[in-house]
Amino acid sequence: MSVKIVKISPGFEEIMPKDYKDLVSNGPYGKGFGIKELGTFKELIEEHPLCAGCGLALSKRLILASLPSPENTIIVGTTGCSSLSFSQVALHNIHSIFGNQNAVATGLKRALEIRFPDVIKDVVAIGGDGAIGDIGLGMVMHSWFRGEKFATIMLDNESYANTGGQESGMSQQGAVLNMAPTGKKYNKLPMAEIARDAGCVYSVSVTFAKPKRLEKIIRRAVLIARQLGPTYIQIYCPCPTNYKHKPSESLERARDAEKSGAYPVKEYMSPEAEELIKKLEEGKKC
Amino acid sequence: MQTTNYKVINGPEGYLPPAAASMGVVLPDEGEALFEGKIMLKEEVMKKIAVKLLEAKNPTFFPGPLVLWAWNEKAIEKAKAVKELAEIVGAKIIPMPDYRPKYPMINPEEEINPNHPNLTIWHNKIDVCVFVGVHCHYANLALKIIRGGTNCYTIALCGNYGHEDAMISLRDIYAEEVRSLTDVVKSMKKGGK
Repeated sequence: MSVKIVKISPGFEEIMPKDYKDLVSNGPYGKGFGIKELGTFKELIEEHPLCAGCGLALSKRLILASLPSPENTIIVGTTGCSSLSFSQVALHNIHSIFGNQNAVATGLKRALEIRFPDVIKDVVAIGGDGAIGDIGLGMVMHSWFRGEKFATIMLDNESYANTGGQESGMSQQGAVLNMAPTGKKYNKLPMAEIARDAGCVYSVSVTFAKPKRLEKIIRRAVLIARQLGPTYIQIYCPCPTNYKHKPSESLERARDAEKSGAYPVKEYMSPEAEELIKKLEEGKKC
Repeated sequence: MQTTNYKVINGPEGYLPPAAASMGVVLPDEGEALFEGKIMLKEEVMKKIAVKLLEAKNPTFFPGPLVLWAWNEKAIEKAKAVKELAEIVGAKIIPMPDYRPKYPMINPEEEINPNHPNLTIWHNKIDVCVFVGVHCHYANLALKIIRGGTNCYTIALCGNYGHEDAMISLRDIYAEEVRSLTDVVKSMKKGGK
């Protein structure tokens, strides 16, 4: 999408629903906004159907506000709680079959490079822990082995949350859920390490407890992926519905998980990525 | 060559009506158009569209993203022509700005969604509708749902090869052709044939 074409055809301004008019007049496209400006522009995510206190909803809001070039970003989503709110996202997005997001993102990224050789188009694959760590793991890892240049973001609510609460590979050992009443028997998958070892030049495990930190990580992941290769971020997204906590406690739970080491923050960067980030963040090159 | 007797007429035809293509309806060639599953000359079909629109109690245009957004000069021209046609007919315009299914639901007062177009048609009691600027796949999907669940008469002004699932479908429709259709409507309004 070019910023120039986010314009309603003459004569149809009045009949367009308000949300679309607001995006045209007050959207963030081409303005370089970040999370600091949240609330001053028409948000990229509308009223959505996710549960009250959903960690995914907050993460998604922060991700969208952190993208370096939203008008030139295409998100590839997949089945899961996160997919329920893709309809409310004011960016191009493609929904893929459960777990296929990294395969679809691969084709898309390659096609965009051919179709728009002079424009940088960012592709970001976003899925839950089921889509990225379990069902789609094969396709996810192969996209990393191949060195595909896009970012993968896992919204990790540590369960299959919209199918009644089954354990996922990312659930903590011992986690008890509606459909896992005896508790999970094995460890949480070390996805950040798997990503690093499978070829991701930037791999992070983080929570949304500090939004500005998350913004920095998202931007780094997208910018590094553009030039060097695959990047991976997993964000802890507490799920009040399946982990039975109050919706108002999600942020606190994210902070506690980080503090207690239950969800440690880790950031791996290849030497090339480190060098690139140093350059970009020093403002030598954009 | 067309051999089917299947008629694409307003429903409700029932849950999951067959795709007209699977019943043998074929797309028209250049200079032709589809009228209720039958191939006819474009000029004749334009007159039929004019009659349908002028006889309708609540004709409504459903412009899709290809005309709603000013993404190139042709789109802007087509949008102007569609707006003029709707005004001449005295039709309402309800946009289809987004194809994605919306949860929990759309506002049928102000938009139509291809995944549940029946909601907008029922809510607004639309008896004749015109699809224009809607990408092929979503037009086909919506037209079939409308035929299955409502008694609305569907007209598709297609920029490509036409739509079998519309009751009337023109092909290769750009701004100029929309203006030709407007002229037919104007002349019919004045009592011409």
